[in-house]
Amino acid sequence: MAKGFTPKVVTANALLEGDAVWLTIDDTWTRDMREAELIDDAAHADIRLIDAQKRQDEIAGPYLADAKDSDAGPVPVHFREDFRTRGPSNYAHGKQVELK
Amino acid sequence: MYKYNDFDAAFVRNRVAEFRGQVDRRVDGSLTEDEFKPFRLMNGLYLQLHAYMLRVAIPYGTLNGAQMRQLAFIADKWDKGYGHFTTRQNIQYNWPKLSDVPDMLDALADVEMHAIQTSGNTIRNVTADHFAGAAGDEIADPRPVAELLRQWSTDHPEFQSLPRKFKIAVSGSENDRAVLRAHDVAVQVVEQDGQRGYRIFVGGGLGRTPMIGKVLREFLPEADLLPYVEAVVSVWNLLGRRDNKYKARIKITVHEHGIEEISRLVEDRFAQIKPMFGGVDQQMLQEITAHFAEPEYVAGGTAGYDAYRAANPAFRSWSDTNLAAHKNDDYAIVSISLKAHGATPGDASSEQMRVMADLAEEFAHDELRISHEQNVILPHVHKADLPALYNALRAVGLATANIGLISDIIACPGMDYCALATARSIPVAQEIAMRFDALKLEHEVGPLKLKISGCINACGHHHVGHIGILGLDRAGVESYQITLGGDGTQDAAIGERAGPGFGADEIVPAIERLVLGYLELRHAPDETFLMAYRRLGVAPFKNILYPEKAEKNAA
Repeated sequence: MAKGFTPKVVTANALLEGDAVWLTIDDTWTRDMREAELIDDAAHADIRLIDAQKRQDEIAGPYLADAKDSDAGPVPVHFREDFRTRGPSNYAHGKQVELK
Repeated sequence: MYKYNDFDAAFVRNRVAEFRGQVDRRVDGSLTEDEFKPFRLMNGLYLQLHAYMLRVAIPYGTLNGAQMRQLAFIADKWDKGYGHFTTRQNIQYNWPKLSDVPDMLDALADVEMHAIQTSGNTIRNVTADHFAGAAGDEIADPRPVAELLRQWSTDHPEFQSLPRKFKIAVSGSENDRAVLRAHDVAVQVVEQDGQRGYRIFVGGGLGRTPMIGKVLREFLPEADLLPYVEAVVSVWNLLGRRDNKYKARIKITVHEHGIEEISRLVEDRFAQIKPMFGGVDQQMLQEITAHFAEPEYVAGGTAGYDAYRAANPAFRSWSDTNLAAHKNDDYAIVSISLKAHGATPGDASSEQMRVMADLAEEFAHDELRISHEQNVILPHVHKADLPALYNALRAVGLATANIGLISDIIACPGMDYCALATARSIPVAQEIAMRFDALKLEHEVGPLKLKISGCINACGHHHVGHIGILGLDRAGVESYQITLGGDGTQDAAIGERAGPGFGADEIVPAIERLVLGYLELRHAPDETFLMAYRRLGVAPFKNILYPEKAEKNAA
């Protein structure tokens, strides 16, 4: 792993539903971040982002988000990305119920 | 209420059909997101953290029962059974699917509503005093002017690509309930020597550079309104800083060029374009004004109201906080609180919307308003009907007696929904309301405006809260900064930063400390938080918020 590089995932919003999705290693979009491809190389991250940007009829607004590894797969570093894996805190809506 | 003519109806339908085609082309991949984004923003569609969000305009906050019922229908059919009323008198749906949005817009058009210009660099939904047409202190109902401005600004060819968004508010009272001085332009109906006219404010705004609007014209003759406002927007359209999004709003233009120079340029431009209006605007205003005739008031005694008030303490408490004086003594203006303790400020379920629609039809001459403080108003209710109305509201959790109190909090959606947010707002609002409800103190504390924004853009109006809270991201942790002494009324003031921010688990105790400390500081129960702040200055409140620092300074 390159020194000083924080691992990344490629994430975006699904085109039709608008919810958060993450890019997997086999080029599909997953709604469960733990299934995403964790990228630990800056150059590879750039390439994967370009790959994602080509898929305009599936998603909108792809970007690289910081992540770290866990036993279950990649998990967020920042609280904003953490909320994206769950949904809002005021109602049981979004991924916190849909993924169950 | 304004009723669409054939032109309005056709315009809105055509726009829906156009957007339907754009959505189809986005879904089949012919349009990229970058190409599609300007189209969706023109129609009020955002992409947020967890889903799309559709922002529907409620022009000058006025709607009727059928419209409210349709909002409930849309919430059930295409969303998750609720809507969020905003500080710009709009309603937002948080969970629409892209392919459903054209159907939602058609359903809105069925009841003469739309989402046009609720986003983008255009003139946005014109907001108004939510007591307009009912308030006892009003010179004239400002909504005909608001409707004229809505028609003029909708699809105005010169103003579809402004340097930045542009927000207009109107009021007919000296008592400012529409935060006039925080708008790009504000229009206040005034009278001078028996003549009706307008006071025009310019260059107010919140956001990262908060500014109080300045008077651009103390008295503008009635007939000059539209060409004058067009002159203002036109001058800014040329001068506005398109090079820097953070300096593009008219408040910066006014600040950089000075009010005298702006005034001179506006007067020049006004002289140029005024002849082109040729009176058609006045003719339109006259036609519009006819739509806003006063309701046919019902005569009848209010003895039943007085008796019920005397007999029922809960009703008495509610009527003390949630009623305002109507210009007709037999009537009252009812504020329905969307701030039940622990609920999300501004949210209403579809069931609640339907009940409010029914009650508006039964008891309130079929009129509702959305306030910028995220509550619903029934502007015309006969006092004899108040007991029945109250009991019907109570049955669906809409009888919270807290208007103007600390739990009547404005809160933006924050990072629970918004892609721009830097921290959450809603949980902070929920916890503060629950805490003060548990303390049973809010009635003793009295009038106190607490406003929370989840980022520097200040949708939650924190700068003009007596207590403001701004949620920020400090090194990857939610942090909340307190401002004190803000005021959104005719005595408008920007709140002063109290000091370093508080963590998410510290902010509610800090607010509790602050408010309990105020109770010690006030010299009488009728000295409000804001009055005490103005008498004492920020220092004693800082000492309460930061006791360790106060001790160190004293040592």
